[in-house]
Amino acid sequence: MGAHILKRLISAIPVLLGITVIVFLIMAMIPGDPATAILGSYATPENVEKLNRDLGLDKPLVTRYFIWLGNMLSGGFGRSFSLNRPVIDEILDRFNATLILAGVSFVLCTLLGILAGVVSAARQYGLADKAITFTVLIGISVPSFFLGMMMILVFAVNLRLLPVSGMYAIYGGGDLIDLARHLVMPALALAVVATGVIARLSRSAMLEVLRQDYIRTARAKGVHERRVIMGHALRAAMVSIIPVLGIQAGFVLSGSVYIEIVFQWPGVGRMLVDAILKRDILLVQGGVVFVAAAYVFFNIAVDVAQSLLDPRIKT
Amino acid sequence: MKPFEWSRRGLIAAVFGAAVATGLAAPAVSQTPPGVLIVGQIAEPKSLDPAAVTAVNDFRILVNLYEGLLRYAPGTLEVAPALATDWEVSEDGTEYTFTLREGVTFHDGTPFNADAVKFNFDRMLNEDHPYHDTGPFPLAFFFSAVQSTEVIDDMTVKFTLDAPYAPFLSNLAYPTGLMVSPAAVEASGADFGRNPVGTGPFKFAEWRSNEAVVIEKNPDYWGEPAGTDAVVFRPITDANTRVAEMLAGGIDMMVEVPPTALSEFQGEAFRVVEQAGPHLWFLILNAKEGPFADKLVRQAANYAINKEAIVNDVLEGTADVAAGPIPPAFAWAYDESLDPYPYDPEKARALLAEAGVAEGTEVVFYVTEGGSGMLDPVPMGTAIQADLNAVGLDVKIETYEWNTFLGEVNPGLEGKADMAEMAWMTNDPDTLPFLALRTAAWPDAGFNSGYYSNPEVDALLEQARVATSQDERAELYREMQRIVHDDAPWVFVANWKQNAVTSDKVENFSLEPSFLLMLSDVVKN
Repeated sequence: MGAHILKRLISAIPVLLGITVIVFLIMAMIPGDPATAILGSYATPENVEKLNRDLGLDKPLVTRYFIWLGNMLSGGFGRSFSLNRPVIDEILDRFNATLILAGVSFVLCTLLGILAGVVSAARQYGLADKAITFTVLIGISVPSFFLGMMMILVFAVNLRLLPVSGMYAIYGGGDLIDLARHLVMPALALAVVATGVIARLSRSAMLEVLRQDYIRTARAKGVHERRVIMGHALRAAMVSIIPVLGIQAGFVLSGSVYIEIVFQWPGVGRMLVDAILKRDILLVQGGVVFVAAAYVFFNIAVDVAQSLLDPRIKT
Repeated sequence: MKPFEWSRRGLIAAVFGAAVATGLAAPAVSQTPPGVLIVGQIAEPKSLDPAAVTAVNDFRILVNLYEGLLRYAPGTLEVAPALATDWEVSEDGTEYTFTLREGVTFHDGTPFNADAVKFNFDRMLNEDHPYHDTGPFPLAFFFSAVQSTEVIDDMTVKFTLDAPYAPFLSNLAYPTGLMVSPAAVEASGADFGRNPVGTGPFKFAEWRSNEAVVIEKNPDYWGEPAGTDAVVFRPITDANTRVAEMLAGGIDMMVEVPPTALSEFQGEAFRVVEQAGPHLWFLILNAKEGPFADKLVRQAANYAINKEAIVNDVLEGTADVAAGPIPPAFAWAYDESLDPYPYDPEKARALLAEAGVAEGTEVVFYVTEGGSGMLDPVPMGTAIQADLNAVGLDVKIETYEWNTFLGEVNPGLEGKADMAEMAWMTNDPDTLPFLALRTAAWPDAGFNSGYYSNPEVDALLEQARVATSQDERAELYREMQRIVHDDAPWVFVANWKQNAVTSDKVENFSLEPSFLLMLSDVVKN
């Protein structure tokens, strides 16, 4: 198992290197440069050239790439010009916020999704199954940012039960309850689509398993139905559910971009959108590499979890 | 046995979950305390170093922390004393001598004096100044005419310019001219922008990244003390969310209310504040080639576009129809006799026929998706397209993201497009025409992306820049406006009225024509 993990980790290196090249090239190729973004109406060619020189953007592309890569390997991501602070500080602050949001959301969609799927499968074509299938369809179809805005309108503006946006209250906040109050709406809005996908998949995976002979055997020998479903069937179904959880984790992470904007959650997604609009090259590059690395490692973790559950998968 | 009967355990869990949920929701949404004003901003500031920033969003915080030698007198765009009490301009317009205000100290306790002024300008302008590396200073060219800054005595400072430059005083009142504490720059270096120290009615308290910038009342302020104990600036980048926060009572004031959201704020609980400012939204016409090379066609475009409909319907009354190249907010330089081109499609058709433009002539129109001062560029662009198509042109819209758009438009429209949207906000009537209408300001040297050229206009603008009396300058600008209005190098569309909404707990608030957010007098109950 140790060798397997090590192999997967080593194979991640070229992937990450490739990501650095791609994100660097994209940022170099998109039209518009940081100096134009900073100067706005005042971007005369002369001013742009001087500012680009001050920002160190007048060096050849290859030189800039290796300077950046070298800095990253030594733990520095450079300084964001649009925020005037080290990129790594900003990313860590923001990533923390995104992890809280995406993490809670992921736990929500996993628990709710699997539960809904299992109930649906256990009561195939029953009332619960129909109700769940219908709800899931709506959940998958409604865009999450729209759902988010509707939640704000109802629960924050009209009912005034929850704060509209942000992560902590400006005054008297900062504790766990305050954080939870701010987290409820964005985490739910973010979880809805993934919950739907997981529920559908869990349902079909469970149905597949429930048709197997050993389930019939278990029932025949008088095992309690709850134990048949939770113990025998779900355990087997998890093998096909877990890889989807890995993919959904990626969706939750990237879907957080809209949700972070709607709820003004100070996460990495909102940071990247702002940074791209301002052409804050180092911040975009650093942020993308960081998120990509997180995604790669998450996938490795999912693979490992899967091979723990099903020893046949070890490659 | 059904697998999912309500068990006692499940029931307890459900009750517990519901209790937690109501517990989270139960405390009433925090009302903001009296004496603390919470302002919904449009973005996180880049820096609180006035020399390093360019965005109005950042200026809104800065003008409450810092002061310059001069400021704009309330309600106008005319300069008035601030940290300088008096000034003299030499006969030839190249030497400006300022007498500084006595007894002013920075928030860090160091004195404000002539040495501090010299430090500020040298830091921005001299590449070998020890703290020049705390930049870059993108708007330093506002003061590029300054050759030297001299300390005459502790309370007198003299600027020598390389040539007469009339907008100098107005530029000193602009946020780029705000005075920072030299001691604080020396202490913080490149991090000064996160540890700002000025002389203003408020001093910096804290900056929680992506949450809030907090400033509090400066008890040692030389002038009238601030009306609130603290002001909190919250960055809320999404306009809909900003509106929702305002409706829910999470913020006391918001700026840049989307036109379509204004109707939400009718009623007793809110106040809507409006102020016309030095803003112009226009279309650059390509006067070098294509149909708009002919003055008659450019005038036809001005007649063909229904500007009233654009400001009233698309912008919901948040702008006025523009008449010429200088916005009316520059009252002293504006030509009152100038009327906007009326909406007259018949006349437009006649002019097009007279110019021999065939029915269905294709016109390429650059439209941006957004951008500073661009208001609602896509709906405005389509309204313009419909109006021009109605008089027989065939307008093809090409849409670009703002930075890409600037990269296409600033190098000039030649060979690419016939017209482009553009908007400017300036602090002096000189800025926009000087940078965008002179022959010497054709692309690569300036922003005259439509290649307009009229030697008379060039001469008037050059003269106005070196004239030292405001009356003389005003006369030259009026003359220039009349010629440009007739030559129609642009379609003059709209002058934006900046707006803000406050809750009924906020008093004494007004917007300034400078678009700066002066909060010193504001009271929050």
